[in-house]
Amino acid sequence: MKKITGAQAFIEALRCEGVTSAFGYPGGAVLDIFDALMDARDIQFILTRHEQGAVHAADGYARASGRVGVCLVTSGPGATNTVTGIATAYMDSIPIVVFTGQVPTHLIGNDAFQEADIVGITRPCTKHNYLVKDVCDLGRVIKEAFYIARTGRPGPVLVDLPKNVMNSTVNFKYPDSVKLDSYCPTYKGHPGQIRRIIGLILKSRRPVIYAGGGVTLADASKELGEFARRLQIPVTTTLMGMGAFPSGDPLSLGMLGMHGTYAANMAVTNSDCLIAIGARFDDRVTGKVDEFAPKAKIIHIDIDPTSISKNVKVDLPVVGDCRLVLRGMLAELDGKDAELAEMLIQSEPWRSEIDVWKKQQPLKYCKSDIIKPQYVIEMIDEIAPDDTIITTEVGQNQMWTAQFYKFKEPRLFLTSGGLGTMGYGFPAAIGAQVAFPNRTVIDIAGDGSIQMNIQELATAVQYNLPVKVMILNNGYLGMVRQWQSLFYKKRYSHTSMAVSPDFVKLAEAYGAKGLRVTRPEDVKGAIQEALRIPGPVFADFVVDPEEDVYPMVPAGAPINNMLLV
Amino acid sequence: MRHAISVYVDNQAGVLSRVVGLFSGRGFNIESLSVAPTLDPSKSLMVITTSGNEQVLEQIKKQLNKLINVIKVVDCTDKDYVEREMILVKVKAEKETRAEVLRIADIFRAKVIDVSPKSYTLSLTGDKSKLEGFIEILTPIGILDFVRTGTVVMEREMQGRRKLA
Ligand SMILES: Cc1ncc(C[n+]2csc(CCOP(=O)(O)OP(=O)(O)O)c2C)c(N)n1
Ligand SMILES: [Mg+2]
Repeated sequence: MKKITGAQAFIEALRCEGVTSAFGYPGGAVLDIFDALMDARDIQFILTRHEQGAVHAADGYARASGRVGVCLVTSGPGATNTVTGIATAYMDSIPIVVFTGQVPTHLIGNDAFQEADIVGITRPCTKHNYLVKDVCDLGRVIKEAFYIARTGRPGPVLVDLPKNVMNSTVNFKYPDSVKLDSYCPTYKGHPGQIRRIIGLILKSRRPVIYAGGGVTLADASKELGEFARRLQIPVTTTLMGMGAFPSGDPLSLGMLGMHGTYAANMAVTNSDCLIAIGARFDDRVTGKVDEFAPKAKIIHIDIDPTSISKNVKVDLPVVGDCRLVLRGMLAELDGKDAELAEMLIQSEPWRSEIDVWKKQQPLKYCKSDIIKPQYVIEMIDEIAPDDTIITTEVGQNQMWTAQFYKFKEPRLFLTSGGLGTMGYGFPAAIGAQVAFPNRTVIDIAGDGSIQMNIQELATAVQYNLPVKVMILNNGYLGMVRQWQSLFYKKRYSHTSMAVSPDFVKLAEAYGAKGLRVTRPEDVKGAIQEALRIPGPVFADFVVDPEEDVYPMVPAGAPINNMLLV
Repeated sequence: MRHAISVYVDNQAGVLSRVVGLFSGRGFNIESLSVAPTLDPSKSLMVITTSGNEQVLEQIKKQLNKLINVIKVVDCTDKDYVEREMILVKVKAEKETRAEVLRIADIFRAKVIDVSPKSYTLSLTGDKSKLEGFIEILTPIGILDFVRTGTVVMEREMQGRRKLA
């Protein structure tokens, strides 16, 4: 074992974790690490233009690939700039490890230059965090950080690295295993509960599956599909669960909740057995909690015990990994052919009822001679290849994408669900493009949100990441304007984006391509052209400024109380 | 309902702040808190008394368990347990009341730990209700200074059989 510096040990640790890409931004406290990074040719480092962009990019990389995203920034302002990105990943349970520089240990607490207590600041928005005070702990801490980030309910972990720790020397050996007595997630569901779940489902007549992001995180969509089809149970997904069950499937109800489909919300409200899988009963899903699925026995499968009976009282919980529990449920069906056949017959009227709801109130919008944002999304869906990765910003653009883009597979839709972070989509798309250089990656953006991390266009150009940004330019902070329109007597207080840059010229200024589209008949051609251009593109779609997202459940109302088009 | 929860944690910097931050961040209430290392110095035991309905208590316990540095969570309220806290109280003790203060101390089996011409400082250990009774009796005489620890609890060895408190 030869002596190396903490900075070199850090690079070695990343290698041992199989890290091939990282995102970040340098500064005084991490000079030693960046110096070591220069010799690490096997680790592709992407210099973003803002630390928030680096964290979202690491997050997008993780969501698209299923691997842990890595981010490295300096102390103080570099560290505080990561907070929104970390909170975004935390709310959506995304495995990332964020390394922050820190002032030397003897200066900690002295209000030293560029000192911030980032461990204190991020304690409530990380799954766990560390301050490494001794270089001898470095290997163990990094090993634990990656392990904690990706296991159990995944999440962000932050590791704070004081400068003197990184330039002191150590006999380095990366540990082979982690020893964490107090952390042991439950993967295997309780067999007795699984048996009871199947018993309950086989007796149900109006079952619905409510699938969330946990299905994607557990890579359980194959099992989910098999289970739903075998029992012919309709499936609705949350925003985070989009793609976990294919939108085009006859059993698919689309999204539920505030901007969910009529069929999904009616089905949940009338169900006698709601099977929640990897979902957490968020208020945007449940609406008025007391009237959520009022007739249903509720089954809840989740790896995180704190999610169970947090917002809604559950009748049959099982703590475990969604994939393993679904496999257990499938196995439990063996030898129950007669009961299954009976259930399939008895639940037939339910499926017909749902089909009527689907036909009565499909997702729709009125065509006009101004470009409708929904139309742009339908055309992107039509033109983009099947394995295209779509990210969104936050607001109407995000909801329309969830409604009108037909996601066929998991990990193709990256969006900030829990925190609702404007400015997420573009850097996340950059991260996804790094993970999959040969696939099409599109950020469906709003004119407001795109301006929150627009500086990352330089990153896309520098690393030749051909991300396509489709801006649904309505000249408004559209989602906020929609609420003002519906609930504040159209008093549009500070929601007009009266001044935005000329996105075409801006793209050109950065060395990218810009397109502007003002007529519905040009939409298709513009999307095709954007996809044909080899580098990053900003396509500015000038859309109907007053278009709203429907259906809509007013905040706090029961979800069958929908405003329709 | 009041619950006493024993939380075994790693004895490390920042762990107290994780636990306390969890309570404040999620709007749970802490009535009292006591923390000290266990016989194994790498671990600490926190005793938290809190209150809330069944659902809140369930969340508190699950959320505590979810913290990486939390090793074990025991809700003593589910069990038979003994409970103690301690107070130090400086009571006005001038001519007329000097004897009475000592009499009250005696009745409650409190100890006199400091004396001055105008005051006695008493220490008393007991459960919450005993201490509150003591304070109530002393208040009219005049409490000059007062400090109280958090509650500590321990399971009874013989569960299900009430013994001398
Ligand atoms: C960082 C941040 N600030 C504020 C909000 C509140 N917010 C939610 S949607 C929205 C409007 C977004 O406008 P735009 O990006 O143009 O999207 P549109 O709704 O018009 O499609 C705002 C301000 C937010 N979600 N995130
Ligand atoms: Mg807008």
